[in-house]
Amino acid sequence: MPADLQSGGASITLRGLTKHYGDAVAVAGIDLEARPGEFLTFLGPSGSGKTTTLNMIAGFIDVTAGELLIDGQAVHSLPPHKRDIGMVFQQYALFPHMTVAENVAYPLKQRKVEKGERGRLVTAALAAVGLDGYDARRPSELSGGQQQRVALARAIVYSPQVLLMDEPLGALDRKLRDTLQLEIKRIHAELGTTFVYVTHDQEEALALSDRIAVFNAGRIEQVGTAEELYDAPETVFCAQFLGESTLLQGTARPDGGATLVEGPGVRVHAGRGHHSAGAAAVVVRPERITLVPATDDAPAGNAVRGRVTEDVYLGNGRKLQIELPDGSAGTVRETAAARSACRSGDEVWLTFSADDAVVLPDDGASAPTAPVAAGAAA
Amino acid sequence: MSVSASPPLPAAAAPPPGRTRRGLRNGSLFLPAAVLLAAFFLAPLAVMVVRAFTDPQTGLQNFSWFFGDAVQVDVLIRTFRTALIVTVVCALLAYPYAYLMTVVGPLGLAVLTLLVLVPFWTSLMVRTFAWVILLQDTGVVNDVLGFFGLGPVQLIRTTTGVVIGMSQILLPFMVMPLYAVMRGIDRRLLQASSGLGAKPLTTFVKVWLPLSLPGLAAGALMVFISSLGFYVTPALLGSPDTALVSQQIFTQVNGLLEWGRGGAMGVIVLVMTLVLLAVSAGALRLLGGQRPEGRA
Repeated sequence: MPADLQSGGASITLRGLTKHYGDAVAVAGIDLEARPGEFLTFLGPSGSGKTTTLNMIAGFIDVTAGELLIDGQAVHSLPPHKRDIGMVFQQYALFPHMTVAENVAYPLKQRKVEKGERGRLVTAALAAVGLDGYDARRPSELSGGQQQRVALARAIVYSPQVLLMDEPLGALDRKLRDTLQLEIKRIHAELGTTFVYVTHDQEEALALSDRIAVFNAGRIEQVGTAEELYDAPETVFCAQFLGESTLLQGTARPDGGATLVEGPGVRVHAGRGHHSAGAAAVVVRPERITLVPATDDAPAGNAVRGRVTEDVYLGNGRKLQIELPDGSAGTVRETAAARSACRSGDEVWLTFSADDAVVLPDDGASAPTAPVAAGAAA
Repeated sequence: MSVSASPPLPAAAAPPPGRTRRGLRNGSLFLPAAVLLAAFFLAPLAVMVVRAFTDPQTGLQNFSWFFGDAVQVDVLIRTFRTALIVTVVCALLAYPYAYLMTVVGPLGLAVLTLLVLVPFWTSLMVRTFAWVILLQDTGVVNDVLGFFGLGPVQLIRTTTGVVIGMSQILLPFMVMPLYAVMRGIDRRLLQASSGLGAKPLTTFVKVWLPLSLPGLAAGALMVFISSLGFYVTPALLGSPDTALVSQQIFTQVNGLLEWGRGGAMGVIVLVMTLVLLAVSAGALRLLGGQRPEGRA
């Protein structure tokens, strides 16, 4: 990667950022800081306010209230062309009447970059995205993946301190997405630019991001690294939206060093989480649960009774759907090395350590991706 | 894309029967239009061309008459100049109007569309007489101008009056293709341009204008060609001093029974129009860098 495409990377600060459309609240007061050079992802279901927030940073949508700072400078009242931000759209947004080289040179022309320098930077940017020699093509002559590479080259060619990407891989097929993910990650590492990336695909978020901000209903549920979000979710929504989880509902009270949660058919201790009174949900990740064939006496420690409703062989392990006492569904993953003898239809105990159980306030929220087995509802 | 004629295929690669039948059916569907065109357009056109060279005797006398008569050449030049002015006026009025149509809400769009179409649905004669009443020396326009101490201005029986009337009548032909093309322009391209650092004016000149050019070209073509053949409006709003070619043809054919001269004038207008079209199509291709039509 040529040195002249590198940029310092600016910080982005959102303070109480709000967007109303009439009475409808699209973004309800967001506080967030993207650190210089960071890869920050906005993850959330559609309609959660992540794209609106991105468009407010870019300047395409007016801010209703709150502040937006880039490197400490308030920019929320500046028009987009004065913010010096790079942007990559889901549908590429390449200028159809210009060649690839003209598209990439466009932001340089706006910055009055002298012609020789311009040519050099365009060549460098196209090389950086692996499109050397495509200068004279028209966007209509390129595949979707190639068009998105051109859009990426156009967004990095003027070394903006901030690069915004709105579901840039959303229109591409799986295989191309995986390839381009790696390239985006490499380009980010080499440029040092602050990336803000919007996606609804949790795997993409996990693969790319330094940190992830989980959006839900116009608010941020939690900001953290992929590990923090997976191992220590702070809300039920996060636990369900990011990765799979088994949710046990009940009422919490402190019990020794842990929290005891009791509900219908549930009596478990949770060693983690910061909630110890009132309606609570205990979250356990699928690979933290060990299945034991049902016996009359409950095994020692945390154990919840269930019935296996589905048993899917995955080669490197198994994924099992469990119907819980309250009728809801739980998920268990077993590695090939630690397979139990439990099969579909078996009565089982779900056992897990208190250290693997996170207790969260139960706000009654349920994520759209919550796994619900068809049989469990009946 | 048409599926009209397909090359004969070797027996081995014979198309499925359905396809052959569809090809046939497409051919037969074109038949009524072809008959109509041949009978009412191509045949009269051929008669016109033949008469231009043979009436009253074979030779070029009709053409030498035309180019030898300074009045006729003047009228021809005036016709093209008027058509050009009308086209420019229509473009200047229609461009912002069509843009407005793409940014207003559904109700605004309905109102703006109706405002264009209602005159369009009204009879040409009615609209022209309306302009006669508006533009006459003691008409509404002059009354209003007089109220502000600006008049009276001679509008009727002048080229200005003719241009005003023709522009209003031909405006829908400019607005509609412009709106159709502008509606298809991806708004994110404007966001992209702005996000990449372009000022609003630059975005308009570098992105919006080139992408709307096919609509402008289509509209200009329709208005220009229609203007060349306009008869009723220039006849009623103009004077003999502002006559256009169609009026001269009418005089020759209907008044003087000089069918050959009328034919020659038709041929001259036709040839000049085709030449102008070829030149402007070439210029547009140069301007657009490549094919301007290839936009979906």
